[in-house]
Amino acid sequence: MSTSEIAPRRRFLAENPSVLWFLGCLALFTLGVTVLSEGFGLALISTSMVKILGMTLCLCLIAVAMDVVWGYCGILSLGHFAFFGLGGYAIGMWLMYARTQGIVVESLSATPIPPTEIEIENAIASQIFGVVGSNELPWLWGFAHSLALQLMMVVLVPGLLALVFGWLAFRSRVTGVYLSILTQAMTLALSLYLFQNDTGLRGNNGLSGLQNIPGLDHLPQSSLSLWFFWASALALGLGYLVFAWLVSGKFGSVIRAIRDNEARVRFLGYDVESYKLVIFTLTAVVSAIAGALYYPQAGIINPAEIAPIASIYLAVWVAIGGRGRLYGAVIGAAVVSLASSWFTGGGAPNIDLGFYTLNWTDWWLVLLGLGFVAVTLFFPRGIGGLFDMIVRKP
Amino acid sequence: MTTLLEVSGVSVTFDGFRAINNLSIQVAEPELRAVIGPNGAGKTTFMDIVTGKTRPDEGRVIWGEKSVSLLGLSESQIARAGIGRKFQKPTVFEAQTVRENLAMALKARRGPFDVLFHRRSRTEAARIAELAEEIGLLDALPRRAGELSHGQKQWLEIGMLLAQDPRLLLVDEPAAGMTPAEREHTTDILKRAAQTRAVVVIEHDMEFIRRLGCKVTVLHEGSVLAEGSLDHVTQNQQVIDVYLGR
Repeated sequence: MSTSEIAPRRRFLAENPSVLWFLGCLALFTLGVTVLSEGFGLALISTSMVKILGMTLCLCLIAVAMDVVWGYCGILSLGHFAFFGLGGYAIGMWLMYARTQGIVVESLSATPIPPTEIEIENAIASQIFGVVGSNELPWLWGFAHSLALQLMMVVLVPGLLALVFGWLAFRSRVTGVYLSILTQAMTLALSLYLFQNDTGLRGNNGLSGLQNIPGLDHLPQSSLSLWFFWASALALGLGYLVFAWLVSGKFGSVIRAIRDNEARVRFLGYDVESYKLVIFTLTAVVSAIAGALYYPQAGIINPAEIAPIASIYLAVWVAIGGRGRLYGAVIGAAVVSLASSWFTGGGAPNIDLGFYTLNWTDWWLVLLGLGFVAVTLFFPRGIGGLFDMIVRKP
Repeated sequence: MTTLLEVSGVSVTFDGFRAINNLSIQVAEPELRAVIGPNGAGKTTFMDIVTGKTRPDEGRVIWGEKSVSLLGLSESQIARAGIGRKFQKPTVFEAQTVRENLAMALKARRGPFDVLFHRRSRTEAARIAELAEEIGLLDALPRRAGELSHGQKQWLEIGMLLAQDPRLLLVDEPAAGMTPAEREHTTDILKRAAQTRAVVVIEHDMEFIRRLGCKVTVLHEGSVLAEGSLDHVTQNQQVIDVYLGR
């Protein structure tokens, strides 16, 4: 019994050495950053850099999910950042509520008469929603007092949205570019909706102060950032493992077949729509988990995060990294998002051409566009494809 | 011999063109049947209707002992009910290996979670090897299907069809692009399959049909023109006029 349970697992790792390589590299990277960090090591990497690296790991995780849904199953979803953002909002609600509650309770404890439950709740509501001219807690925040319930929301809300959206779209056999447009419409609609002040999520202000973890005020950001960095690395490692297992066996074979010729797969007796729905929903949930880890490190989330362009960038990362190979997605997301923050964050020196100064904050997008075109033309398999060439050399 | 598939009074119109016109065909189990006819006679559309790809405007398509109507079922449900199809142009999954192609077609539960937790077994591997041997691709199992020759792809698709273990095989021009020796082998496979199943073959090549030695249905302008042995239909004056004579 026990051997038959262990055997397929061993076979999976033995047949997919790239998974072990990836997990090894991730572990080494995590160890390296920890040793060089301010919080637990030599202080050669600043806390803000640790946060950027942790956030990058979350972006790598959503890129892996994107690679599964697009690179393996052929569904070019341009809306997965909506799920990422919803995950961020779900965890952000608890972070903001619990922290405000702490502040309110402390300030009211100075008053001679102890405050009632309702007084505390009203004070929290006006603290959080004063900025949008309201002092009532919307029904959406009904679970915000409980970490466990909000963590469930991280999974349930984006999961249900993906399930319903996917069911409607796939059942009607919307495919190809039409599906991409539909997913863009979904993320745009969600973003515009959240921009309104009366939706209960503070409109364009979004949720802020998320880097402060309630109950952990005694921990400095230098060590908190590392805890989140480790959690992000763990999530990426687990996500990678699960998806690698998913795409390696017969299931992977079927979804790649759907990508290449879905009509033919139907004539083999497979219900293509339910496969697409499983993949779409599962990757949406993983995206949401990535978002829930990302935004406490970013400290703020607002509706601009789920603008349609964010999901298009996601597709660009995966294309540059090389779709149809999970490590390609990781490489693409890491390289492009780190380069993006280097160029737009003033890291890259401006180039003085005499008649014109090349300002990277403005020209980064042009560079990214050129890079995208170059990869599409000259390395259709992306950066990850270069690895294949090295590995397959005799 | 019992009737397995009964198509009766079926008509389909594409943009005013009547591709199928009051077509009625019965297929028994086991049986080997050849369908011939000039281009545009509706041979492939007939298969499209049976497999659920095209919905007819009128008529009935009845399947099996329980007389299930196939018209309300999706393509994948029809395939699971036991109807397998080989396309005119070989359509195999070129990016995947011959083994993966066959494993996907192999009769097994088709739900996403059944497949997700599917484990390769020894019996399955043996069945794949057996099929590969039958279609002459045993050595090609680890190769990508895209690397195969045209004839080999045709065989792989026939192998995938057999792997599904269907009760009815719809085979559209199986011998196109094959050498004479390969054609002979294909005839053998089809004849063997027809000992236990219903097999319907669309073919243009009269020599091939003669070797099959089975009942022939001649289609013309979307309906049955003649039916019977090859000798019987080839002596039919109408068949000579619309098909053979040209």
